[in-house]
Amino acid sequence: MSEATEKLFVVTSSPHVRDTDSISKIMWTVNVAMIPALVMAVYFFGFKALWVTLLSIAAAVVTEGIIQKLGKKPVRVHDGAAVITGVLLAFNLPASVPWWMPVIGSVFAIAIVKELFGGLGYNILNPALAARAFLLASWPVDMTANWTSPRGGTISGIAAITSATPLNLLKQSAKIIANPSNYDPAQVQQAQEAIAKLSSSYTHLLVGNVGGCIGETSVIALLVGALIMFYRRVIDWRIPFTYIGTVALFAWIFGGTEGLFTGNWIFHILSGGLILGAFYMATDMVTSPLNAKGHYIFAVGLGILTVAIRVWGGYPEGVSYAILLMNLAVPLIDRYTVPKVFGEVKQ
Amino acid sequence: MRKKTFVGGIHPFEGKSFTEKKSIEILPNPKSVYIPLQQHIGAPTNPLVEKKQEVRAGEKIAEVNSFVSAPVHASISGTVTGILDIIHPVSGKGKAIVIEGNGEDSWTDAIKFEDNYMDLPASEMLSRIKEAGLAGLGGATFPTHVKLSPPPDKKIDVAILNGAECEPYLTADHRLMLEQPQDIVNGLRIMMKILSVKRGIIGIEDNKPDAIQTMHKLVKNEAGMEVAVFPVKYPQGAEKQLIRAALGREVPSGGLPMDVGVVVQNVGTAKAIFEAVSSHKPLTHRIVTVTGPGVKEPKNLLVPIGTQFQDVVDFCGGLTERAAKIIMGGPMMGLPQPNLEVPVVKGTSGILVLEEDQAHLPVEDPCIGCGRCVEVCPSHLMPTALQMLVSHGQTLEAEDLHIMDCIECGSCSFICPANRRLLHEIRFGKRKVLEMRRKVG
Repeated sequence: MSEATEKLFVVTSSPHVRDTDSISKIMWTVNVAMIPALVMAVYFFGFKALWVTLLSIAAAVVTEGIIQKLGKKPVRVHDGAAVITGVLLAFNLPASVPWWMPVIGSVFAIAIVKELFGGLGYNILNPALAARAFLLASWPVDMTANWTSPRGGTISGIAAITSATPLNLLKQSAKIIANPSNYDPAQVQQAQEAIAKLSSSYTHLLVGNVGGCIGETSVIALLVGALIMFYRRVIDWRIPFTYIGTVALFAWIFGGTEGLFTGNWIFHILSGGLILGAFYMATDMVTSPLNAKGHYIFAVGLGILTVAIRVWGGYPEGVSYAILLMNLAVPLIDRYTVPKVFGEVKQ
Repeated sequence: MRKKTFVGGIHPFEGKSFTEKKSIEILPNPKSVYIPLQQHIGAPTNPLVEKKQEVRAGEKIAEVNSFVSAPVHASISGTVTGILDIIHPVSGKGKAIVIEGNGEDSWTDAIKFEDNYMDLPASEMLSRIKEAGLAGLGGATFPTHVKLSPPPDKKIDVAILNGAECEPYLTADHRLMLEQPQDIVNGLRIMMKILSVKRGIIGIEDNKPDAIQTMHKLVKNEAGMEVAVFPVKYPQGAEKQLIRAALGREVPSGGLPMDVGVVVQNVGTAKAIFEAVSSHKPLTHRIVTVTGPGVKEPKNLLVPIGTQFQDVVDFCGGLTERAAKIIMGGPMMGLPQPNLEVPVVKGTSGILVLEEDQAHLPVEDPCIGCGRCVEVCPSHLMPTALQMLVSHGQTLEAEDLHIMDCIECGSCSFICPANRRLLHEIRFGKRKVLEMRRKVG
């Protein structure tokens, strides 16, 4: 042999190059994408909205850090995932909640829903949504009864109606119209007028000066954030668009008060938490299916469940329960949507 | 024209600019060459020479009486100084015939150009190819004559030359297409005659417009030949993906290209076929791209087989201070080498040197189920699911999810934002499946 080279070189298995994207880049992109909606929330609902959000984030990050430390696992709160959970939980709470609710919610989301199941990547449910369901079951009044009136708008989005959020107004009115004999004629007439006026709320729903949870009201701000996520390839169009499309279709078919095919599908798309849910929560990589076919099935299921809850269920809004239910179905969906292998021979 | 391609794939940093404009230079003969007895897939060869024996370049120095094999030839003239154990760039260790050069560069007399080579019968062409020791120069090194002898029940109708060169950094095929295009076309014509097919396709990625133009000009007037242009995407040059893109045919799972009537050869192999058939020239040299941030003067070189990486790198100005990883081949599928005392073999398409910052694998995070590995897998597998199964020892389940269809292109590991060692564990799983199959018998 020739003169021996002293130096030994690094040996690892191929490939020897990697894409530069990383989990923290993905997570922080989502966080940045939620800033427009947060800014709008603070504008419409006041600094209380910011306060709730910051408390929620702090509780989520601290809880995750403590649990990872206790479990002698590497502390990885800097990856931004706990921050997302904190923001999303706050986005799903009314600005009027007492200060301890976002804290309890975040502790529940991180400790029970995420870390108990193995931490990042292993949770079955979307932590923020599971925590919201937990809070809703435990303190229903705080979660649904005190909506903050938005700056420059009404809670319902419709002038002169200040009692209920847009979807709640629709729900109550539809209930009255469905059984007019149980109510006095004035109420029935009011309900019919409300339904007729739904379309006058579109602009408010787009801008966000209506009643609702902190981060769900401003459709425009949420879409700006969604564009950021699309641009950075953090989300794919399949889940959000299929989900929204399914909601539109079924809301049009079943959501009307004058029989089939009379539903106001535009109102259904713009109101409630659909845009927030479709772009920011249903697209959560950990709790959504792995491949394209699975995405479609998942999203259609979301759409059907959402409309079912909104139209026939006990709650005015169905987005969070729809997502939680479909989260549970993900392992099953993954199992039955294994892609066809290249060159697979039919047997 | 819409460029055809396959489903899946990735777009890594191309890195071709290091060498794509550099003409092929000839490496001066090194002092000694270390020619491994095994440089192909199949039976290893036995040496035909002894210590102290004088050999001339082009002389056959090892062979074995087996169909799936390829003889080995001296690449320089000189004296055999021994048959030693060396570090083999593919298998880790192996035997090599060491020849110390005599500085004369004298060649065997058998190498002579014959004008009428196209009149030879296919069987004679094939035996010249086998005799010349040809093995696929794209890197897989399957004996060329075997690939060109499909069993009679397989009806072949297309011959494809692979000029995709989809591995980042490598430009050996690119330069060859620019500098010796006629030899490639002649090689394809021979292949078409041997296989008696009427259609020959040269597939090239669209990041090589000059090569596309050059080849196109030459095949315009050749009956049945055409150039197919593919968009840049890795692994466009993988055999099955190339066939899919060029012809829309899918090689069945577990099958070979000949199952869909196709034989694929690398463009470099085509040139070697031409030289073997027309001139009896054995495979003694090959073009190697010496490149990467860790090489001072990246080059495309014509290198005698058996030359140690050290000699090749020295001719390219040596390594930089921060050179930390030596890869034989490209960055996606290339094999890392522990040092520079390994010889260039028939499958050495490149010597890529990466620096410290690129040499180490990044820290592994948990899978977040983003599905990118599933999206990019050209075999349409679920790499993250396979990794999970393999790491839990669920070999049977991994086999059910078609782990054996993995072509080991590495796209999954490349794209994973959690830097998971997907391919690494899938390779391990494939070995487990093979072990299991052997046990079952």
